[in-house]
Amino acid sequence: MTRIDDKFAALRAEGKKAFVAYLMAGDPDAATSMEVMKGLPDAGVDIIELGVPFTDPMADGPTIQLAGQRALEGGMTLQKTLDMAAEFRKGDDTTPIVLMGYYNPIYNRGVARFLDDAKAAGVDGLIVVDLPPEEDDELCIPAQKAGLNFIRLATPTTDDKRLPKVLTNTSGFVYYVSITGITGSAEAEAADVGPEVARIKAQTDLPIIVGFGIKTPERSEAIAKVADGSVVGSAIVDLIGKGKPVAEVLDFVKGLADGAHRA
Amino acid sequence: MADDLFNSFMNGPDEKGRFGDFGGRFVSETLMPLILELEAQYEHAKTDQSFWDEMEFLWKHYVGRPSPLYFAERLTEELGGAKIYLKRDELNHTGAHKINNVLGQIILARRMGKTRIIAETGAGQHGVATATVCAKFGLKCIVYMGAHDVERQAPNVFRMKLLGAEVVPVTSGRGTLKDAMNDALRDWVTNVRDTFYCIGTVAGPHPYPAMVRDFQAIIGKEAKEQMMEAEGRLPDTIIAAIGGGSNAMGLFYPFLDDKSVRIIGVEAGGKGVNEKMEHCASLTGGRPGVLHGNRTYLLQDEDGQILEGHSISAGLDYPGIGPEHSWLHDIGRAEYVSITDTEALEAFQLLCQTEGIIPALEPSHAMGHVMKIAGDLPKDHIICMNLCGRGDKDIFTVAKALGTDMAGLSD
Repeated sequence: MTRIDDKFAALRAEGKKAFVAYLMAGDPDAATSMEVMKGLPDAGVDIIELGVPFTDPMADGPTIQLAGQRALEGGMTLQKTLDMAAEFRKGDDTTPIVLMGYYNPIYNRGVARFLDDAKAAGVDGLIVVDLPPEEDDELCIPAQKAGLNFIRLATPTTDDKRLPKVLTNTSGFVYYVSITGITGSAEAEAADVGPEVARIKAQTDLPIIVGFGIKTPERSEAIAKVADGSVVGSAIVDLIGKGKPVAEVLDFVKGLADGAHRA
Repeated sequence: MADDLFNSFMNGPDEKGRFGDFGGRFVSETLMPLILELEAQYEHAKTDQSFWDEMEFLWKHYVGRPSPLYFAERLTEELGGAKIYLKRDELNHTGAHKINNVLGQIILARRMGKTRIIAETGAGQHGVATATVCAKFGLKCIVYMGAHDVERQAPNVFRMKLLGAEVVPVTSGRGTLKDAMNDALRDWVTNVRDTFYCIGTVAGPHPYPAMVRDFQAIIGKEAKEQMMEAEGRLPDTIIAAIGGGSNAMGLFYPFLDDKSVRIIGVEAGGKGVNEKMEHCASLTGGRPGVLHGNRTYLLQDEDGQILEGHSISAGLDYPGIGPEHSWLHDIGRAEYVSITDTEALEAFQLLCQTEGIIPALEPSHAMGHVMKIAGDLPKDHIICMNLCGRGDKDIFTVAKALGTDMAGLSD
């Protein structure tokens, strides 16, 4: 059992849907992103996705790309991202942290060393965008062995024939990408998402969290209603990118979280 | 026979799309079903004679293949050693080897019912080739090109527009070829149903490295036959320039099992392979990593962030290299060297003056290495170099580098 499993068990017991928030480590600077991260649980965030900046985020839209660039320009690294997780853990031992990013910085560090360090820093799960099931030997299997959840993306192009392959070796939860596209683009329609979630649910007992294109509390609620929870990334990162004060960012997050929790 | 097959260098990639440890399918889940479908369709087309019949017809009547194998007599005399042959792929329609591959991919796209073609381009040669073939078949064409390259390759940008393509200047990241590839992948993720991504080099997720190599292998296949005809034997050394490495892979592949043939790939040394990474020599100055769907040698910093290279040639300005080259490098079947901007410029001028051929800056790097080694080789040593592109597109860059004011020349 990881903190992610515990969190979903607790939410289920309360009859609540989950709200997952993404922020880019080091955006716009290390101190500010640390402050935002520490404020997320009180804003109602159930699971934190901590973005690891990468120069070539090929699945991300402009908002996350620019956040990554700001972070890298400010000197953020994979090590400093792990340091942020460790710092957060000092004050919070229950909110799960999922690192989200691309494979190269991890591969470059060495998978075994990375897993040891991530575990020690209090990381609970990984989402690595460019590691499909076909490359499970790289990181997914070693991560599960090390006791970290490996959370996979399922997409509208993942048909029923392929779904079992995607679900095998997935743990923690399934992240359903509600649109074909990059982060921060078109809005997902709850009416389209519902049947897709049902389709995945037919093949797994894992919670299904839906993301991509959610920007408002109303949408967060509508999506969470037809799934086990919602994820918001770009809309939050956008506010941080505009230089809004931390309190305002957290206030916005609270609205999205409340939306999901009303569902 | 079984033993020969086992020892062949031509069996890659394996079913996971790997050449040794390199290659693979490192893409997001949205794209995974698409590249699996592409692989299945390509595997089918590969063994379908009607597919190759169509290719061969167009190669002959539209591209102008076979390209000549030309004995560069004055260049050979000038360098005073090995006998130098040039594989004249710069004489192809659109002026470079790129169209060999584009034809194959577009025929495949048509078979798959795709109506919208996207491509990335650096120097613009792949973009021009894609725009050309799309015009011929009436397909919608969108070309992603780094904003910096749009600026330094203006003639090719205009060509693409004339051919009816939409050129999208890419400003994300640093606005170079790798960023253009990122944006093309973003487009593909968004438009999965009707869009075919026509990759211009032997990189990207499996099956691209193998598929592009197979389409470009016509270069080496012809060169081999033409050399037998001209000299009655194989060349001793074959040389080609490498950015992503498609023209080189095309020349090298049919020679991989001819163990007497020395194979040399020439990377862009930029201002010199140094700590400041002012070059694009992934094999000489990089280390293995994962980018754009494959594991290969990459220019990267200690945190695994991808670095921008530098080269005078926009076509070589890429921080990675095709995975099969990484494998050939590691097993030692091919040698990889680098040539600086300055050396390439010298070679560019030498070929102009001795043979009346204006080469592109990309093969000028290969020529730079020929200049380095030919003089010390015996006169019966045969070098075959791939002259993969012509230099019309580069005259502005060269003029600037040589301190000539082009505006002044037109007076």
